[in-house]
Amino acid sequence: MTVAAAFFYLFACVCIASAFMVIASRNPVHSVLFLILAFVNAAGLFLLMGAEFLAMILVVVYVGAVAVLFLFVVMMLDVDFVELRQGFLQYLPIGAAIGVIFLIELLLVVGSMAIDPNILKSPVAAIPPADQVTNTAALGRVLYTQYLYFFQAAGLVLLVAMIGAIVLTLRHKAGIKRQDVAAQVARTKATAIEVRKVPFRQGV
Amino acid sequence: MEWLTTVAIILGKSLLLLVALLVFIAYILYADRKIWAAVQLRRGPNVVGPWGLLQSFADLLKFVLKEPVIPAGANKGIFLLAPLVTCVLALAAWAVIPVAEGWAIADINVGVLYIFAISSLGVYGILMGGWASNSKYPFLGALRSAAQMVSYEVSIGFVIITVLLCVGSLNLSDIVKAQETRGLATMLGVPWLTFLNWYWLPLFPMFVVFFISALAETNRPPFDLPEAESELVAGFMVEYASTPYLLFMLGEYVAIMTMCALTTILFLGGWTSPIGIAPFTWVPGVVWFVIKVSLVFFMFAVVKAMVPRYRYDQLMRLGWKVFLPLSLAAVILVAAVLQVTGWAPGV
Repeated sequence: MTVAAAFFYLFACVCIASAFMVIASRNPVHSVLFLILAFVNAAGLFLLMGAEFLAMILVVVYVGAVAVLFLFVVMMLDVDFVELRQGFLQYLPIGAAIGVIFLIELLLVVGSMAIDPNILKSPVAAIPPADQVTNTAALGRVLYTQYLYFFQAAGLVLLVAMIGAIVLTLRHKAGIKRQDVAAQVARTKATAIEVRKVPFRQGV
Repeated sequence: MEWLTTVAIILGKSLLLLVALLVFIAYILYADRKIWAAVQLRRGPNVVGPWGLLQSFADLLKFVLKEPVIPAGANKGIFLLAPLVTCVLALAAWAVIPVAEGWAIADINVGVLYIFAISSLGVYGILMGGWASNSKYPFLGALRSAAQMVSYEVSIGFVIITVLLCVGSLNLSDIVKAQETRGLATMLGVPWLTFLNWYWLPLFPMFVVFFISALAETNRPPFDLPEAESELVAGFMVEYASTPYLLFMLGEYVAIMTMCALTTILFLGGWTSPIGIAPFTWVPGVVWFVIKVSLVFFMFAVVKAMVPRYRYDQLMRLGWKVFLPLSLAAVILVAAVLQVTGWAPGV
């Protein structure tokens, strides 16, 4: 228990500190790297709670794929910091409003637990019981049997978004040489070599 | 005080694995160069120690004693962090690999996912190194290799899914045990021919796809475009010297070993002996594991020596237009076959 508690405080502290550094650091590349650190520590917290599947998926999807794209974009951008600073006061009210809403919501959640401790027990118990199957198997069972159509619908939405992104960026340029492997492999001596009778002192 | 002994035991195991792994890698490096030399009718490293056996240690000493050069325009912190990230992440993957029955530091339920997650993080070392060098060639090399690694991860993921469908578990030990007891040889009534049980036979096309994707994922030739000397000088590690460079190279070789070990576990039956009768079953599992990993690495080394480098557009074409549809179709096919024949394992 002691070790688990120590790791909890380690992950939690690093997570909060790096989340703060995401908004505090001056270099956007540093920001993305701190964001990744926050993600990895959040995955550590998931692991401590026994949600090993969620932890691994968080690392694979967010850190391994989404954050790589962030990093790509940020590295390529030529960010002008002076210009970025100028709009700061203009966006402050909106940012503050969102922050206050989040704070109120958090307080409501924590407050409801303080007022009625039974509220945590009211959600239905997991089926099958969480201590009998691994949470990967449990999630798979729920997603692919009970919520199969919703799962497929979510997949369809993502597919449409992906195709949309590809269609938006696809450009068919004329006059580009492309490799056609099938055509290259299908070449024979007959199609590749042309034997000509060249008349003497006239050339082809 | 009980937790203190638990922590001490885990630390001791990790240290033992680390030392064994690093010594093994020193000789894998030597083997790599010797095989390459043999294919080209050269002698390879043969001066340091008998038959050049101490060459890797001499190289290590040389790397460590040289002066680390940090370019003036580099982002110093990230520049030094990048090789560390590469090396530490590559080593971290070994925490879940079972080298014999019960010989894993952490035998976790989601072992395959863990390795997949860790190897998908490997791209950060390259991106950070390329960006922090603040120079054109490393940056181009980093972008290129990041795209390469992300592309081949997709097909590796699908190949792993085909194996998982046959096993019904994400635990690496369970994957090995499933190959020990179920499979083709058991169906034919000759369960002692264990090597026919292993998944390389029923999933042979996926074995090939996994092997080639593993080459691309670890930036081995013929997919070593990140360090394509002929066009990008040395890719993302142009600006690195001495110990930071050593860490990059070490990380690369550890990642190669991880991929060899993963191939062994997923397709070659891990620590199980190829023939399940008396003299073969006396050999401890770890010996079989090391033999199999070495064999897979031998294939890696021979491919490096014999196959010319791919062009970048060909590499992308192979990943997205050939391997991705192929492995996706295999997932559907394997799932259908398992469902129709009733061979699907219960979870």
